[in-house]
Amino acid sequence: MSGTDFQTLRLAYARSADQDAAMPVHHPVVIVGAGPVGLALAIDLAQHGVRALVLDDDDKLSAGSRAICFAKRTLEICDRLGVGDRLVAKGVSWNVGKVHFQDELAYAFDLLPETGHRRPAFINLQQYYFEGYLYERARAMQGLEVRWKNRVVAVEPHGDRVVLAVETPEGTYRVEADYAVACDGSKSPLRTMLGQEAKGRVFHDRFLIADVKMNADFPAERWFWFDPPFHRNQSVLLHMQPDNVWRIDFQLGWDVDPDEERKPERVVPRVKALLGEDAQFEFEWISVYTFACQRMERFVHGRVIFAGDSAHGVSPFGARGANSGVQDADNLAWKLALVLEGKAPAALLDSYAAEREYAADENIRHSTRSTDFITPKTEVSRSFRDAVLKLAKEHPFARRLVNSGRLSLPATLAASPLNTPDGDAFSGTMVPGATIADAPVRTGGRDGWFLGHTGNRFTVVHFSAGGEPAPEVLAGLSALADAAIPVAAVVVVGKGTVSRAAQPGASAAAAAVAELDRAAVLEDAEALLAQRFDARDGTTYLIRPDQHVCARWRRFDPASIRAALARATCNT
Amino acid sequence: MSAMLNTDPNIADADDFYEALIDMHRDLTADESRLVNAKLILLLANHIGDRAVLRDAMARARDGVGAGRAAATPR
Repeated sequence: MSGTDFQTLRLAYARSADQDAAMPVHHPVVIVGAGPVGLALAIDLAQHGVRALVLDDDDKLSAGSRAICFAKRTLEICDRLGVGDRLVAKGVSWNVGKVHFQDELAYAFDLLPETGHRRPAFINLQQYYFEGYLYERARAMQGLEVRWKNRVVAVEPHGDRVVLAVETPEGTYRVEADYAVACDGSKSPLRTMLGQEAKGRVFHDRFLIADVKMNADFPAERWFWFDPPFHRNQSVLLHMQPDNVWRIDFQLGWDVDPDEERKPERVVPRVKALLGEDAQFEFEWISVYTFACQRMERFVHGRVIFAGDSAHGVSPFGARGANSGVQDADNLAWKLALVLEGKAPAALLDSYAAEREYAADENIRHSTRSTDFITPKTEVSRSFRDAVLKLAKEHPFARRLVNSGRLSLPATLAASPLNTPDGDAFSGTMVPGATIADAPVRTGGRDGWFLGHTGNRFTVVHFSAGGEPAPEVLAGLSALADAAIPVAAVVVVGKGTVSRAAQPGASAAAAAVAELDRAAVLEDAEALLAQRFDARDGTTYLIRPDQHVCARWRRFDPASIRAALARATCNT
Repeated sequence: MSAMLNTDPNIADADDFYEALIDMHRDLTADESRLVNAKLILLLANHIGDRAVLRDAMARARDGVGAGRAAATPR
């Protein structure tokens, strides 16, 4: 299976029984588009026990490497979806970027300067691998079906369901769904069918992607050039991919003919100018693209929900397209599952819109600023840009102004209506709405990672420095696990305390930990967890199924946790 | 409470300073001068650091120049 050539893979159309049904067959969720976002959402839903049908108009995975940069947060989500290891094993991990200006190095940066995280800042991986691994995971799951060569050609929204007309090589049929999720890309046919549009700023600039296959000994770093001697007045980006493939991205300006520029005989001299006249390489993929920073005004339209590029578009600088789309799926899946199970009102889906519209604005703001820095629009903005780059070589303050892409970090949803505001004093970054930080932990004598013990469900994380949570805490955790919306328990104990407590015959302590058979007991292996969460003995966090902080307190109080859970699920 | 932009006389030997400012641009083309000015602004802005002071200074610099928005900062 690992040897599959995802570039040439053809995914066969197969007739479905739905096509022979007299009436449209009902599905809880129909996902339109089997790209990174649609597949991630389908897997997530299936993990929640929700049947997902994915319709894709094509019979192939991504043509070309496209997204390539998958950020740490995406990898953490993919860990939850069961494909993280495969992605990281195949991908090129990198943390270091170098910025060149004209003929010299301006500075280098490290995106993940601290240790104690399972995943790197980024991996580079061709999008067809990302999709291929998700697809192979999806295919192995119960209750998840992908239908290829199934093109949605009409959408009929109703108050309580949505009906889709689907065109296949054997004619058109209809399916009905409680919810349809449009993961159908930046040109989203569903968006057009609903008479909606994405609005924003179109940039008048063209960029050339040349993916070349060659044996080169460049390190696995992101190299960015402003105004280099081999491509004057424009920018160039070089990035390593697996299989000896290198992504080279040349800014071309607006006044070029895209059809001419993608001809190999035009691209060869540009690549040789960078690599040298004697460089030996073959083209894997050539593409000329433009972009816009835009979004739909609202991501939820009754029973049709938009996620990924259909909902929002960004410039490629900062790798915020596929990464933010996967975060959309991460945000939506658990909410859809709770609503479909009748455990939360449809208002919970409005929080998807509110949270991800906010995140889209943040991504658009960052990627617009990067674009304006990379491609200055006036003489004076060019002067400031060049001044920053000149100063960056010697002055650390100026390095912070260099913007070759603020590389994708998850949005902190600080204003989310699902958060319970702090009542107790905390410092640090783990505010309500933040995605939780990772840290190394030990459990059952084995090394592991904190994030792996959270996600998919609501989780209470209780810090018990001495290793022995009080009996009332244990009883409280147990009761929460039995609630209508179950809350899993994680007890974090100080380094070295769990082994002492778990020793046979260690009486009270051993008994206390034995009580915890329904909770994960994690040893804070390098004391990083308590540090990153500003935790003291008794500190308690409520974590969402998508690993965002909901609420936190300095002591364990089941009533507060229940209230925060109700708020986080719109059950108030 | 942020500090205010200081617009009171604050530079000793004002004439010396002004001469040095003009000298900084000697023998430069207009493009080079624009670059040097930009570097100078960035260095000084970082030294000041306070966003409110910088915002005030930008508004006063823009005041009365060109069309569009005027200075937003009241005196």
